[in-house]
Amino acid sequence: MENNDKTIEIEVLRYRPEEDEKPFLQSFKVPFTDDMSVLQGVQYIKDYLDGSVSFRWSCRMAICGSCGMMINGVPKLSCKTFLREYYPGKITLEALKHFPIEKDLIIDLSDFIGKLESIKPYIVPSAPRALEEGEYLQTPRQLDRIAQFSSCINCMLCYSACPQYGLKPEYLGPGAIALLHRYNEDNRDSAKAGRMQLLNAQEGVWDCTLVGYCSEVCPKDVDPAAAINRNKVNSAMDYFLRCITPRGGN
Amino acid sequence: MSTRKPYVRPMAGWWLKNPVYIRYILRESTAVFVGIYAVILLIGLIRLSSGEAAWNGWLEAMRGPGAILFHCVALGAAVYHAITWFAVAPKVMPPLYFKGEKVPLEKLVTGQYILAGVIYLVLLGLILWS
Repeated sequence: MENNDKTIEIEVLRYRPEEDEKPFLQSFKVPFTDDMSVLQGVQYIKDYLDGSVSFRWSCRMAICGSCGMMINGVPKLSCKTFLREYYPGKITLEALKHFPIEKDLIIDLSDFIGKLESIKPYIVPSAPRALEEGEYLQTPRQLDRIAQFSSCINCMLCYSACPQYGLKPEYLGPGAIALLHRYNEDNRDSAKAGRMQLLNAQEGVWDCTLVGYCSEVCPKDVDPAAAINRNKVNSAMDYFLRCITPRGGN
Repeated sequence: MSTRKPYVRPMAGWWLKNPVYIRYILRESTAVFVGIYAVILLIGLIRLSSGEAAWNGWLEAMRGPGAILFHCVALGAAVYHAITWFAVAPKVMPPLYFKGEKVPLEKLVTGQYILAGVIYLVLLGLILWS
């Protein structure tokens, strides 16, 4: 790797909680080849230049959702972004925006995890089902209603794209709402009434002002903006139906 | 003892830091021009109900260069808002199915332009033939 003639400058926003009052930029010169991702660039820094640089990663193939970071101000998966795209310019890396920085490129994601748990991201059947009753059946069209939203990998890029989440951290946010929508739309699920309570709140769908950037940065084409804004209609319907029926027609 | 000290970054000036946010703020601020235009129209209605002289005075005021300039800017703002709305409208509505297939978002966006064009032609026709 050391024999490459191409070198790119990578600036990393460092923050060491035990030593620093606030984050600062540190620059590194990284030799690279055209097939190297930004994640591999950071791994080179950790292996050869400064072992104290901290970051999360796991699968290296855009499925685990661990390696999201701000790359030149845009939230991206660092495993899915290549160094060559920025050469001969420099790259500035920063921990995902709108989350507290725990250390260097690592964010405190406990707020998101709490929200994810709150939406019950799993199928809640209406009644217990014995094994001999067989599998739950779903038509291709029923699957089509949820397939796109079930692609979410919890990478939180959408939260970093959403200024509303940055301004109001209590907002449920794009990722959690996209997954909430995925389970609410599933014909095998019966927990919609409970989830609607979360959506109907101000910090549910109504904190969204349709900036739409969440859908642009999503690496899995989930389109959280669509999930949120369709649920503004659902939330309004739920409100009116609740006036007529006890469970809002659910 | 925990040595954790999570650092929260400030949000000040966030909307200037990304072209997507600047376009979003521009889109939202078009509401100001549309709002002022609605107020001017409302005043026109009140003047109309106050008699011929009042109505003619309002019409005269609308012929001033300032009024024409404002209306041009308001038209631009309304058109920009319409374009951005057409682009996001398919996200707001439930998915449409045609012959069992989900209609792609691009077709829905194009459909809105066609529908808007037809409505304008009908309106123009009504004005010309009345």
